[in-house]
Amino acid sequence: MMPNQRDTKPVSKAIVEVEGLTKTYDGKFKAVDGVSFQIEEGEIFGFLGPNGAGKSTTINMLTTLLSPSSGQAVVCGFDVHKHANDVRRNVGIVPQEYTADEDMTGMANILLCADLYGIPRSDSKPHAMELLNLVELQDAANRKVKTYSGGMRRRLELACGLINYPKLLFMDEPTLGLDVQTRAAVWKYIRMLKQEYHMTLFLTTHYLEEADSLCDRIAIIDHGHIIKIGTPTELKDGIGGDVIVVGVADGEVDLSPDIGKLELVKEVKKNGNEYRIKAESGEEASPQIMDLIRSKGLHVTKISLTKPSLDEAYLELTGRTLREEETNRWATMSQRITMARARS
Amino acid sequence: MDSSKVPEEKLTRTTTVQETVPESVEPPVPRSMPKLNKSPLHGLWALTLRDLRKWYTNPYQLLISLIQPVVWLGIFGKALNFGTFISQSGASPAVQNQILLSTFGTKSYFSFLSVGMLASIILFTAAFSGMSVVFDRRFGFLNKALSTPVSRGAIVVSKVLQSGVRSLIQAGMVLLIAVVLGMDVSNFSVIGLLGAFTLLFFMGFALSSLFVTLALRSSDWQTQMAIINLLNLPLLFASNALFPVKIMPTWLQYVVKFNPVSYAIDGARQLLLGTAGVPSGIYNPLWLDFTVITAFAVALTAVGVVMSWKLLTK
Repeated sequence: MMPNQRDTKPVSKAIVEVEGLTKTYDGKFKAVDGVSFQIEEGEIFGFLGPNGAGKSTTINMLTTLLSPSSGQAVVCGFDVHKHANDVRRNVGIVPQEYTADEDMTGMANILLCADLYGIPRSDSKPHAMELLNLVELQDAANRKVKTYSGGMRRRLELACGLINYPKLLFMDEPTLGLDVQTRAAVWKYIRMLKQEYHMTLFLTTHYLEEADSLCDRIAIIDHGHIIKIGTPTELKDGIGGDVIVVGVADGEVDLSPDIGKLELVKEVKKNGNEYRIKAESGEEASPQIMDLIRSKGLHVTKISLTKPSLDEAYLELTGRTLREEETNRWATMSQRITMARARS
Repeated sequence: MDSSKVPEEKLTRTTTVQETVPESVEPPVPRSMPKLNKSPLHGLWALTLRDLRKWYTNPYQLLISLIQPVVWLGIFGKALNFGTFISQSGASPAVQNQILLSTFGTKSYFSFLSVGMLASIILFTAAFSGMSVVFDRRFGFLNKALSTPVSRGAIVVSKVLQSGVRSLIQAGMVLLIAVVLGMDVSNFSVIGLLGAFTLLFFMGFALSSLFVTLALRSSDWQTQMAIINLLNLPLLFASNALFPVKIMPTWLQYVVKFNPVSYAIDGARQLLLGTAGVPSGIYNPLWLDFTVITAFAVALTAVGVVMSWKLLTK
């Protein structure tokens, strides 16, 4: 398929290749604007951005629900526009909304999904049971979905998304509105799919800690543009090191120039009795700073070391925190419905 | 290729396979995709069955849908006693029958209205088939279906088909109720019943296609309700369902002639109530009724399928 890329990394190859993907609504509003990225086989790739940044639009284009206005996307070796059905057969989708039919049982919902893929019942029946076991819904298999809790529904969606043996699974906001325990469970399944089933996962989220703890690589997206792609560590390192705050008993003497001379220290700010220091490796820098202060005959009253969080990286890159963005009425409503049902 | 290869089913996640199996063996993955049934009928059947199952497992829905025709027949149909109306003006029974036959094509207005009600329940069932598309979109099921390789046309046709099957069963029930309430059964025949229900089924198919197509882009049930009200009553009143065309003003007669519902009712009346003693000019030739309704069904279903390719992917 892509012989020119095989030589560098023989094991991993791109399962998703996106080039200049754009979606324009009404000829003006660009929901996604010239996005390009690649996803390697076997990795968990995350799209991080506020609501309305273009995450779901991108996922919908990659899963053939929306057709791109321009640009190209090749998923599992098939062009999303020209070979939509081949893409559909090869990917699994766990959408943001709860799509299961409430009047049917969990089992019937999965079997219906299988029917839509054309999977014969002789295969889909045992496979559906396996998947329900996997997401720990075997006891609720024959209960109507309207009796399910939000977490159970989310797990059912996951099972439905796996019925066609996908190589690549798309998850749109997999933990939106879920409580802490259920979120942890969903994270557990995501890791299991990667580690034990060697599945490639593409997930969107606006929870920073989710992207940080799950993803191998993250693309930060805002206003339809990808601002930065990298591993969580790379993104965090990008903001320029750890922050050390040191309190000194006597604020009269200014030690900033001396501290600034230390090799690992990048930046020092004195604020009354406190020094706010940016350093490359906080663990190594802080003892050096303490030694220096003591050598000047001063007492250290307190010290704290903060590793940069993705939150700060995000703030640094986009100039704002992740907050609720104004989106179109329909998207907002749909998300509210999802969240309301998640809590039920 | 290796004689020491562990049988597939033993490759569970907990087994350490490295020692017995060559390194090239993949870690346990789920079984691979079986041979797929790529026939569009497979998905069509699954989707139709889903809607039908939801319908027949909810008897209340069926009962509620029968209330309206029962009210029309039991109250409206019984109250509007054209026979008494004419006999009170001093006409002899023979003249009364003659007037009724040449106006309604039958001696009993109730029987006339009963056939209209068969069409009416089909019209209402068809109108709400669009609603089911809106709710599927609203609750995300439509997107789920669209993300699978199931044919886009099958999504539309399944809605039309389920509505067609439902309306046939409901029309059958309305016919039973009408017979219990006093519909004239003297001209019933197997062929007549089959022919009448074929016409009604095609009409239901055509109208469902229309309403489903109108709902393809909609996620808003209020708009859909407005569309139903906008189309339903004119389609019913500007047809021969409640009153004969003859007594309508000329301009309305033209509208009725363009309303396909009229052709289904016209044909069904001939087949269920008989044409004995009916003056010519009351009914269309049967072949015309069948041609118009079949053409209407084929055309609207084709439009629905073509529109589904365009409208379901944005």
